Amino acid sequence: MLAFEEIVATHGPMVLRVCRAALGPVDAEDAWSETFLAALRAYPTADVENVEAWLVTIAHRRAIDVRRRRARDALPVATLPERPTAPYDAHAHDELYAALAALPAKQRLTVAYHHLGGLPHREVAALLGGTEEAARRAAADGVRALRARLLTPTGATS
Amino acid sequence: MTTPAPLSLLDPDDATLRRLHDRLERDAHLDGLLDLAYTTVPTPVGELLLVSSAEGLLRVAFDLEDHGAVLTGLAARVGPRVLRSDGRLADATRQVEEYFAGRRRSFDLALDLRLVSGFRLDVVRHLREIGYGSTESYAEVAAATGRPAAVRAVGTACGHNPLPVVVPCHRVVRSDGTSGGYLGGPAAKDLLLSLERSAA
Repeated sequence: MLAFEEIVATHGPMVLRVCRAALGPVDAEDAWSETFLAALRAYPTADVENVEAWLVTIAHRRAIDVRRRRARDALPVATLPERPTAPYDAHAHDELYAALAALPAKQRLTVAYHHLGGLPHREVAALLGGTEEAARRAAADGVRALRARLLTPTGATS
Repeated sequence: MTTPAPLSLLDPDDATLRRLHDRLERDAHLDGLLDLAYTTVPTPVGELLLVSSAEGLLRVAFDLEDHGAVLTGLAARVGPRVLRSDGRLADATRQVEEYFAGRRRSFDLALDLRLVSGFRLDVVRHLREIGYGSTESYAEVAAATGRPAAVRAVGTACGHNPLPVVVPCHRVVRSDGTSGGYLGGPAAKDLLLSLERSAA
């Protein structure tokens, strides 16, 4: 039986990348924490054959919750609430976050779940709705848009 | 699948992951979700693994035993909701460090003895009464637990002591004065015995 710590150590970075791409640097940390807390509560589950896919699916639901909470909290308040400070390594890539935020939601999430979370297009489609082909297209379009925005100006990539 | 170039910038650094792990430890503890918490402590006999349940210290393991294998076994036997948590084990860590510095003669820790039962539990209970710096032979321990013929079973019980160092099975030696076998290897046993001789 795998100790839960092994799952956190192995997949923690992946889940944070997924949450960062889906939500941005600050909300990503709430989503990460809630994902692993929910996973811990459910562990061990009977049918986890693919731990990564299991975690990405939980992260997707937690991300929806975090986004809803933000939207609700933002409505009645006239002044901007104090946001917790994001860590320096998350702030170091503001251009990338701006580029992700500029993507249509479907592209942003397919990029997060497929390219960063390793979820097959078929499972991404099951999570987000729509067909497998549409998920594949959205992921490809999303990556193309990110590359165009982030890599073209300097012209060179390593 | 390959990660597209700009997205590799989302890789978290170690400080961020540590901070998130701390938060997970706190939340998991507050929600009462953890079966076990663990930490490791560097000592003169190598890195010791300390594992605790809600009831108390459950397991101490030497490097020789393979910490990963020990944790996997405990996950199956006790429960798989296991997290590293230096904070949960801070008191045990401090006492182990004091012991190896020669500044502590007995451990004041709640123990979870669920891993031992029957005769082995009798032996473990007796071991806790062997004082710092003194030793008993396997035969003496057998006699003290009311089964003088069970000398080999005492040896087996010591060899399966789930809490070495804290429950001092190293204080049980051969009748001829040589130290005898030990979970952490003979060198570790000699080191503990000479530590206690010089600090006693």
